Amino acid sequence: MEIKKPAVAGTLESSDCMVTVEPGQGEIELDLDSVVIRQYGKQIRKIIHETLDRLDVNNAKVTVVDKGALDCTIKARVECAVYRSNDIRDNLPWGGVIR
Amino acid sequence: MINAVGREIPDEILKATGKEPFQGNNYKNGVPFRRQGPIIRPVMENTHNKLVKDIHEALVKCKAHNGMTISFHHHFREGDLIVNMVMEEIHKMGIKNITLAATSLGKAHDPLVPMIEDGTITRIEASGVRGKIGQAISDGKLKGLAIMRSHGGRVRSLVTGETKVDIAFIGAPTSDDYGNLRGIGGKTNCGVLSYSHVDGDCAEYVVAITDCLVPFPNFPAHISMTKVDYVCVVDAIGIPEKIATGAAKPTTDQRKLMMAEYCTQVVVNTPYFKEGFSYQTGVGGASIASTISLTKIMEERGIKMGFGVGGLTKPMCDLLDRGMVRVLMDTQAFDLDAVSNVINPAHHRITAGAYANPFNKGAFVNKLDYVILASLEVDVHFNCNVVVGSDGVITGAQGGHPDTAQGAKCTIVICPLLQGRIPAICSEVTTVTTPGESVDVVVTDYGVAVNPNRHDLLECLQKADCVPLKTIEELRDIAYAIVGEPEPVQFEDRIVGIIEARDGTIMDVVRQVKHYG
Repeated sequence: MEIKKPAVAGTLESSDCMVTVEPGQGEIELDLDSVVIRQYGKQIRKIIHETLDRLDVNNAKVTVVDKGALDCTIKARVECAVYRSNDIRDNLPWGGVIR
Repeated sequence: MINAVGREIPDEILKATGKEPFQGNNYKNGVPFRRQGPIIRPVMENTHNKLVKDIHEALVKCKAHNGMTISFHHHFREGDLIVNMVMEEIHKMGIKNITLAATSLGKAHDPLVPMIEDGTITRIEASGVRGKIGQAISDGKLKGLAIMRSHGGRVRSLVTGETKVDIAFIGAPTSDDYGNLRGIGGKTNCGVLSYSHVDGDCAEYVVAITDCLVPFPNFPAHISMTKVDYVCVVDAIGIPEKIATGAAKPTTDQRKLMMAEYCTQVVVNTPYFKEGFSYQTGVGGASIASTISLTKIMEERGIKMGFGVGGLTKPMCDLLDRGMVRVLMDTQAFDLDAVSNVINPAHHRITAGAYANPFNKGAFVNKLDYVILASLEVDVHFNCNVVVGSDGVITGAQGGHPDTAQGAKCTIVICPLLQGRIPAICSEVTTVTTPGESVDVVVTDYGVAVNPNRHDLLECLQKADCVPLKTIEELRDIAYAIVGEPEPVQFEDRIVGIIEARDGTIMDVVRQVKHYG
């Protein structure tokens, strides 16, 4: 999927994360800030990249501010931000690329 | 060298501190030592005046010098103004290389960070540090070592002469002109002055700082004029609303209430729960809730508590007012109700030494049946960490954790399985503060684990079938299944602090955190 316009999903509440996607410059540029970066930084990067791969996003600037979210939350927020950037709100592919 | 909790204590640190590695809780039991006393300058002339006009004059008269050790208490908690006030004057006078031996340091002391950076303060000894000082130490900004010791361990350190305090500054809610000090009766009350008692006994100079000078004699004195060299009156020693807040509202957090209920079930189904039992608990939401739910069962069964110790809060004082505990022994008042309850004749002030010093002839903690504690982390060896955050940064204090945990017959640690994404039950705690041999039961929101050394307690709880029993490894596995196994935090080689065991041996070391990236 293409990132057509900036979009945001999530909050800065504890155990959530805020994901912002913007049109990229030819690649994935990930800016991660996390309260658990020392313990889970690698895992969070991995889950974000895997989710973007699954959605076939390969050109985006992605900013994640994580407040200790679980992997499932991070995935959901990334998916939501990408779909919002495409204005897709109906007939989401649950169980397909959205997991 | 590997110590008794499996931590590597480097030889360089053993050599630099002259300390031994931790060898188990009762290693120093019965080992004789000579108590050290201070140099005293007698006051015989009946015209002697102890009042000084300001902190500067007090410092000059006490021969403040480079490399000295000064001490403070933390009864004013986050409302303390004394430490910063004295340190600012020391900084102004250009005195360097200070050892700051406070009973504890908090966010109120964030303004000291520049004095750590410029070499005014080069060593810190405290129960622990919160806020920016903790970050500064973990970033390697303190030139010397930070030594974190328990409340009981601090008293031991002073009476053995390991810590030699040159000048003790004792913030006193009321004082007379001859240095009789009380924790009550003024405009900035903290109830008790327990932590400073040993400083009165052991420091070479003792300066009382008050904002409420009262007629002589200020009696009964909590700290006697016989130990005080100078009295300094200032505008304010603390911010009352930050010293003791109103009593915490009973929690409505279902997770905490569930853990409180598990905790109460553990207490009432173990054999020490009988007429005259003794009990200590902290200020966390679950601890307070467990005191409240325990009260109900005490009423139902007609069981009264013999004594309560603490670290006191409203629910404990309520027990006293309702005649459900015979006496309260008070080292620190956590809320305004506890401060004002000090006037109850069955609410006794005790010194930090009587409370927890492992090197006297028996402290109150040794007579505890139950203590309810919290912890940042507990590992599968039941070791607890209450000082260093899971990110490796110093962020808490030992307090009385290791003292009460060792002393009590049944030590219960309440700890939610997860703190946000951080698993509180883990394979290895970041830093050991309280050894697993002191910890009997761990209560989490996902079940209760009993230390395998305590077959007796496990049997009682199995028979009562009152809580979901799990092994500590099972609890860790549940946590890791939800949040994933954390990467180990990266540290530099440099050791910035040591966690001292109660008896002065080294429980663990704290290293400088590595910049992440």
